Amino acid sequence: MNWITNYVRPTINSLFSRREVPDNLWTKCPECGTMLFHRELSENLNVCTGCDHHMALAPRERFEALFDGGIFAEIEVPAAVADPLHFRDQKKYPDRMKDARKKTGEKDAMLVVEGEIGRTSVVAAGQDFSFMGGSMGMYVGNAIIAGAERAVALKRPFILFSAAGGARMQEGILSLMQMPRTTVAVEMLREANLPYIVVLTHPTTGGVTASYAMLGDVQIAEPNALIGFAGTRVIEQTIREKLPEGFQRSEYLLDHGMLDRVTHRKDLREELITITRMLMGLPPAVMGELPKPDTNSKTDDQPDGTPAEDAKK
Amino acid sequence: MTHYLEFEKPLAEIEGKAEELRALARANEEMDVEQEAAGLDKKAATMLVDLYKNLSPWRKCQVARHPDRPHCKDYINALFKEYTPLAGDRNFADDHAVMGGLARLGDTAVMVIGHEKGNDTKTRIERNFGMARPEGYRKAIRLMEMADKFGLPIITLVDTPGAYPGKGAEERGQSEAIARSTEKCLQVKVPLISVIIGEGGSGGAVAFATGNKILMLEHSIYSVISPEGCASILWKDAEKMREAAEALRLTAQDLLKLGVADTVIKEPVGGAQRDRTAAIEAVGRALETTLAELLKKKPDALVKDRRKKYLDLGSKGLAA
Repeated sequence: MNWITNYVRPTINSLFSRREVPDNLWTKCPECGTMLFHRELSENLNVCTGCDHHMALAPRERFEALFDGGIFAEIEVPAAVADPLHFRDQKKYPDRMKDARKKTGEKDAMLVVEGEIGRTSVVAAGQDFSFMGGSMGMYVGNAIIAGAERAVALKRPFILFSAAGGARMQEGILSLMQMPRTTVAVEMLREANLPYIVVLTHPTTGGVTASYAMLGDVQIAEPNALIGFAGTRVIEQTIREKLPEGFQRSEYLLDHGMLDRVTHRKDLREELITITRMLMGLPPAVMGELPKPDTNSKTDDQPDGTPAEDAKK
Repeated sequence: MTHYLEFEKPLAEIEGKAEELRALARANEEMDVEQEAAGLDKKAATMLVDLYKNLSPWRKCQVARHPDRPHCKDYINALFKEYTPLAGDRNFADDHAVMGGLARLGDTAVMVIGHEKGNDTKTRIERNFGMARPEGYRKAIRLMEMADKFGLPIITLVDTPGAYPGKGAEERGQSEAIARSTEKCLQVKVPLISVIIGEGGSGGAVAFATGNKILMLEHSIYSVISPEGCASILWKDAEKMREAAEALRLTAQDLLKLGVADTVIKEPVGGAQRDRTAAIEAVGRALETTLAELLKKKPDALVKDRRKKYLDLGSKGLAA
């Protein structure tokens, strides 16, 4: 990349406010309008460098940043019956699925993996809002159950990143039944005394919030995420009044005692390591990133980025 | 006065005519209308059978929401003895959309919990149209815990358009309350029987209806979203509720096929609203049979079976 593509072109673009950005190299922050270069944005975990707005982060990208060395293994999820109700609205459900698969390159709206974060073994699940609004159907239920079963088998904590509008209407009552089904998965973890940590990301609403996403031992949310049961518009229509600023946002929920923490995406990894290690009875992680102040120490000369390691070694 | 649904209009005309004739005859003793009126009665009866024989899903929704259908309170008063209401969530309030307490079904002491919609303007407002707030679910959790502690079977009567979408409800954790209530349903070591008596509206229903056995009345519905809501989202047109009702497979008959419902309780001809006593009695019989069956199981088996039921659910889809 030269300075023309890096600097001149975006400047021209912003000057003439072109709506179409060639090659999708630039993303406009929906919050503050800053044009963000894609590499810079992805290095910053899709958080705006200008205003700290947290944009959507697909599970695969999230896990690449979360796991040590970007290494994780996918856990196999039992296939769900395709189109169990033969559902058809303006479009056939199988066609909607095909489109979503093509768009995301994923099988469905939930990715379950295992790996290490800060040398701490975990099982993690990430919900993909770009896949039909992250909606919860049979597959998502299967994924959570598979993740919980794997966590129990390996005696590992289970970390779940939620993002969904709610249940997948195209699977009708069977999508609703994922509420009790995923709750059974949470019960498995509870009985095995394994930590279940939920990270709520924007947005998490409907039947997802009213089941597994609100049953964590620790409930963390990313800043300014929309979290709630009913949609804002439905509530406004029901009570016929305007809702207060920040209603159903992470900070609002924190104020009302519904969350343990609101954590910036860049701090999440370290926080998850700290919490899971304490809950699992492991010694503190040694965070090797910062050079020691001791000038005599040779480690000063070593490059940064040494992965955290178990203190028991 | 009978409350007629939109699709019952032709029936209303005939029954109205018969009624008119009889009223005339009462005013004028010389008139003999009985034969004609009886003819109309017969016609109406045939029409009623025909109308209700193959109700479309959307019509089922209307019947399920019929204001004259027996509600939770009616079932509790008629079927249970020594009903002792227990109130409050011990945190914030007592939610009148949810009623519950100790009672006896036959001789067996049980905990009964349900949504109550109310039956006139005053009670409907008082009951918030059967839409529970977090306090309602937390009251239910408390009662389920008590039942579990003292080994009392739990019976839930489900009839709600959904959980209340309000500001305070959200602030006090509507979703958390529903999630915990569902969780409690899965934890209790006593039999849990749910009867969908009218409307099983989404998460607000799941919170009570995660049971060992789910019984549904013939014309009750249970759905992830109301047909109107589904139509406005997927069809971008709330008037397409007929199509949405069709697509959602929300009738008791479809849910039986899908394995969500275990039993469908037959309603009197013309729906529970036409013969409330018969409907309530049918529910009573089904409850007694189901409870007797579940009481034979050990506490741990009840928990295990309940979980297995949900884990296995939907693995086949609708066998077309």
